Amino acid sequence: MHLAAVLDLILVLLALGAAGAATARLAAGRIVVYGGCFAACAALLGLAGAALLGPEAAPSTLSLPLGLPWLRANFALDSLSAVFLVVIDLGGAMASLYGLGYGRHEHEPDRVLPFFPLFLAGMNLVVVADDAFAFLVSWEFMSLSSWALVLAHHREKATLHAGYVYLVMASIGTVALLLAFGVMAGPGGDYAFAAIREHGLSAGAASAVLVLVLVGAGSKAGLVPLHAWLPLAHPAAPSHVSALMSGVMTKVAVYAAVRILFDLVGGVQWWWGAIVMGLGALTAVMGILYALMQHDLKRLLAYSTVENVGIVFIGLGLTLAFQADGLVTAAALSLSAALFHVFNHSVFKSLLFFGAGAVQTATGERDMERLGGLIRFMPVTALVFLVGSASIAALPPFNGFASEWLVLQAILASPDLPQWALKFLVPAVGAMLALSAALVAACFVKAFGITFLGRPRSKSALQARETDAVSRGVMAALAGLCLFAGVFPGVVMEGFAPAVRQLSGGAVPVSEGAQWLLLLPQAGSRSAYSGVVVFVLILCACALTFFVVRAVGSSRTRRAPAWDCGFPDPSPATQYTADSFAEPIRRVFGTVLFDARESVDLPAPGDMRAARFEVRMRDYAWDLLYEPVAVAIAYAAERFNRVQFFSIRRYLTMVFGALIFLLSVVALWR
Amino acid sequence: MQQHGLAFDVAHLLAGGMLLVSFVLLYQRRMFAVLNSFALHAIVLALAVAWQAFVQDAPHLYITAAIALLFKGIIIPVALHRIVVRLEIHREVETVIGVGPTMLGGIGLVALSILVVLPVTASSAAFAREDLALALSIVLLGLLMMITRRNAITQVVGFMSIENGLILAATGVRGMPLVVEISVAFSILIAFVVFGVFFFRIRERFDTLDVQYLGTFRGGQG
Amino acid sequence: MAVNPFVLQAGQAALVVALAPLLTGIVRKAKARLLRRRGASVFQPYRDLLRLARKDAVLAENASWLFRSTPYVTFACIWAAAVFVPTFATRLPLSAAADLIVIVALLGTSRFMLALAGLDVGTSFGGIGSSREMMIASLAEPAMLMIIFTLALMARTTDLSTIAADFALGHVGLRVSLGLALVALIMVAIAENARIPVDNPATHLELTMVHEAMVLEYSGRHLALIEAAASLKLLLYISLIGCVFVPWGIAAPGAGTGAIAASLAAFAGKVAIGAVLLAVFETAVAKMRVFRVSEFLTGALLLGLLAALLLFVSRSF
Repeated sequence: MHLAAVLDLILVLLALGAAGAATARLAAGRIVVYGGCFAACAALLGLAGAALLGPEAAPSTLSLPLGLPWLRANFALDSLSAVFLVVIDLGGAMASLYGLGYGRHEHEPDRVLPFFPLFLAGMNLVVVADDAFAFLVSWEFMSLSSWALVLAHHREKATLHAGYVYLVMASIGTVALLLAFGVMAGPGGDYAFAAIREHGLSAGAASAVLVLVLVGAGSKAGLVPLHAWLPLAHPAAPSHVSALMSGVMTKVAVYAAVRILFDLVGGVQWWWGAIVMGLGALTAVMGILYALMQHDLKRLLAYSTVENVGIVFIGLGLTLAFQADGLVTAAALSLSAALFHVFNHSVFKSLLFFGAGAVQTATGERDMERLGGLIRFMPVTALVFLVGSASIAALPPFNGFASEWLVLQAILASPDLPQWALKFLVPAVGAMLALSAALVAACFVKAFGITFLGRPRSKSALQARETDAVSRGVMAALAGLCLFAGVFPGVVMEGFAPAVRQLSGGAVPVSEGAQWLLLLPQAGSRSAYSGVVVFVLILCACALTFFVVRAVGSSRTRRAPAWDCGFPDPSPATQYTADSFAEPIRRVFGTVLFDARESVDLPAPGDMRAARFEVRMRDYAWDLLYEPVAVAIAYAAERFNRVQFFSIRRYLTMVFGALIFLLSVVALWR
Repeated sequence: MQQHGLAFDVAHLLAGGMLLVSFVLLYQRRMFAVLNSFALHAIVLALAVAWQAFVQDAPHLYITAAIALLFKGIIIPVALHRIVVRLEIHREVETVIGVGPTMLGGIGLVALSILVVLPVTASSAAFAREDLALALSIVLLGLLMMITRRNAITQVVGFMSIENGLILAATGVRGMPLVVEISVAFSILIAFVVFGVFFFRIRERFDTLDVQYLGTFRGGQG
Repeated sequence: MAVNPFVLQAGQAALVVALAPLLTGIVRKAKARLLRRRGASVFQPYRDLLRLARKDAVLAENASWLFRSTPYVTFACIWAAAVFVPTFATRLPLSAAADLIVIVALLGTSRFMLALAGLDVGTSFGGIGSSREMMIASLAEPAMLMIIFTLALMARTTDLSTIAADFALGHVGLRVSLGLALVALIMVAIAENARIPVDNPATHLELTMVHEAMVLEYSGRHLALIEAAASLKLLLYISLIGCVFVPWGIAAPGAGTGAIAASLAAFAGKVAIGAVLLAVFETAVAKMRVFRVSEFLTGALLLGLLAALLLFVSRSF
């Protein structure tokens, strides 16, 4: 019943895509498309929420006579799908609302409006697909519509390169998933998920599926080293699309990994957990270090998405390891932590991208080195961006901290794992997670501080004005949600309980009856976190401090020029820039990991030319993985290209040779 | 939480202390700091051996402790100190890779030695196995110090810390014979190594080892 | 006759705020004595704070609302964290709401806001302070988290009050991991509180400062709050080290007034000894170069990692 409504709403989204193509050039087109998308996403969100919070029923399935005749198109809505529907449609609704305001500045709406609803429809379809064919078709649909959106600003050269890389990586991902489903379906060839669940897999086949899923879903999610497309493609798209790609599409990839590894394959082995955890930890640290080196605001946000995906995969890896050893409550804990982080990240990443979009429309700049001082001109945007930054930096009382706390508790539950490799890997993963959490705070001090604080570094920053009311409203709603999920994490996690129970067999950590107050990692644990108490305590402490200081001291304020140790410099160029802020961290980590080199070119005394300071860094993933592969493929393609220019006799020889070969195979096979 | 006796805990603590000082040795960038840290290493070793003597009721280990304290805790560091001053050796430790990556490698070596020792000796008593794992880590860290430092003095210090680790391993095992004799033999070996390195250095510098000619380099008389 | 636990909780909240400037005073007096000076009275910080509070707050022309509100938020977060650290009694009513990870994260919040305030006015000194502070934090926080892992693995809980109560009962004994964690915690505490050898709290040379450079533009009551917050953070760390590594003397829940009074005296003693030891240490070593600080904190991180690794491998380490 719910499922039929869901499919109907997806159909509405597809129709909106057509409407978008038709009305794109009209002023009302934007309102029709974004308004319609908002309504559809809100309705889907309501349905998914009802499915999760309502009484637990068996997953509803539906089979439509589309697609392959012997397979049909199967759809199902179980609690895992419902959780991800909530994430997708919350993001989609917010992005649609934001698009109402932001879309006014879009120069080529006919390249955005038709594809936006299609993108949303594709993502929703992936999550409710119940057989491999529907899944892959929806997956490709999602990829292609987002590719079209990435190329919306096709007049910029960087966008063309980004679109090309994105298309190549997306195709590789789809091929990997296709092969994974092929292995899962086995010689029987039954691609329906129900059939795959039933007949199970041998250990070798399951391991092959793991690798293929990590390549396929991992590249879409942004696992290192398959992440290189993400920081190119996400910033190139319009901001609400970037928010959807970073905040939501990466989560659809996480859904694919969760669905395949936890639901379809079965027979989890402990070393799967080790590989996933290790990749997750590597992704988290490398992602945030890359982010710290950026001075383009949207690229920084894209790299920080990579880092958060790493954290989610650490949680998933821990769940795999716990499940392999039969530790049910611990598996439930780490899975809840991962799903909660999925939700939180989609909320605060959307918020941050919306803020970056507001900044870009107000100033026309994306480069932080040309911004600054925006807090005076855009106070509301600055405040909500601050809330987003504090959330992503895992600071209490916001939601990023609650999910980080749960992941750390999951790591603390792991000494019971018996395998020696895990005994060494898990503390290392814990250290890398802690390191990445600390680096995120540094990164977002830089992002917020250089963009919004200080003095304006260019004329475009001086001319900034606050964004429109709708955008501000959307961002404020997301900021409020960040605070709510941070202060009442137990309430939000109650929503995920059915999915966690379905996949891991354990119960979500809550305190008996008082889940709005306390969050417990496992039943009967002695550690707890109460978001409410901490939040109220901070507020009371602030208020008390304020009143006592007013009572004891003076409340007068004076304004004067900045002190700056008595040598204030009127030029805003003497402030710290984004690169100089990151310099200590670049020296500590960058010399090893990025081969970061600085060179200073100072002219001789008397020479009036400008001095030059250059920082050079290498992306080892690009140099060692992508470049050689691309070169090899180009070389092979060059060789094979000769086939285009054969004479007719040569082609006939090829046909003859193929025929002889196949006949020999038939002859020898028997 | 297991309850172990005080003997177990203190012995573990002293072995852990030696491991800590091995890391401190890897951290130092100044020559005198390296020598002082090495003296500390030897002192902690002396304490650990003395504790083992007390717990195992083996009085001959007190002699080993005294040798470690006197020879490696006092005499050799002072001698090396004077050599550094006299030969005007570089006071700064030159590293092959930075201090941070060296220490990270050290952690890897500790993990490796635990991985080697603990599963293999699963049947023995917990105390002996863990002490052996820590001692092996100290030996490996000493080797790491030798290969990641360019100065001769730091290499000699690394070699001596390897020897400290071996003595710790030997005394941790109850009833190992000839410990005292082996310690004395090792210490004489070290002394020869130290002298050998420095005569080599002296000859390099002054082109001769002949004391008669060395005298001509003194100021004043010919 | 047990004292009402809510009274004890409120008492602890008030005690830490009242005691923090005295701690700073003792440290300065001890340092002065070691340098053969008389030194100011141990109560001088109170007078300093009052004097600052009564002055006008002079703000830069382009200082924003973030700059004005940061001192309050910083102080409130550190105070909230200090409320959860057991000083003279364990298992107080609020202590179940937040564990060690929350305490460290609250300190992280205050540092986040302070680093932003450093960037607010747009001077290069603020930038130096903020960027170096975040570099130090990016290594000190993971080290702290590894120490928390070590303690949590030994006590099977991350709740600080429970850890202190368990350790006070002697369930743990002298363990190698505890020793390594203690050394790492001392290193982290020195870095986080901006003491020598990481940072100089008394210098007037801006290029050698980290914390002082961030708060260069503050004056009046704002500066008073920030200095009070720094003293409170030092008291928090000393109480933390005291309640975990020297837990004897802490009153158990449900203790009578006599036990509470004895516990208060023990706490005061631990704080005083900690202050004197800090003063001796600061006088004995020189400040490190900034990039040596990263090696120092990497060492702390690796020690914490080693301690946690040993516990993962075997419960008897």
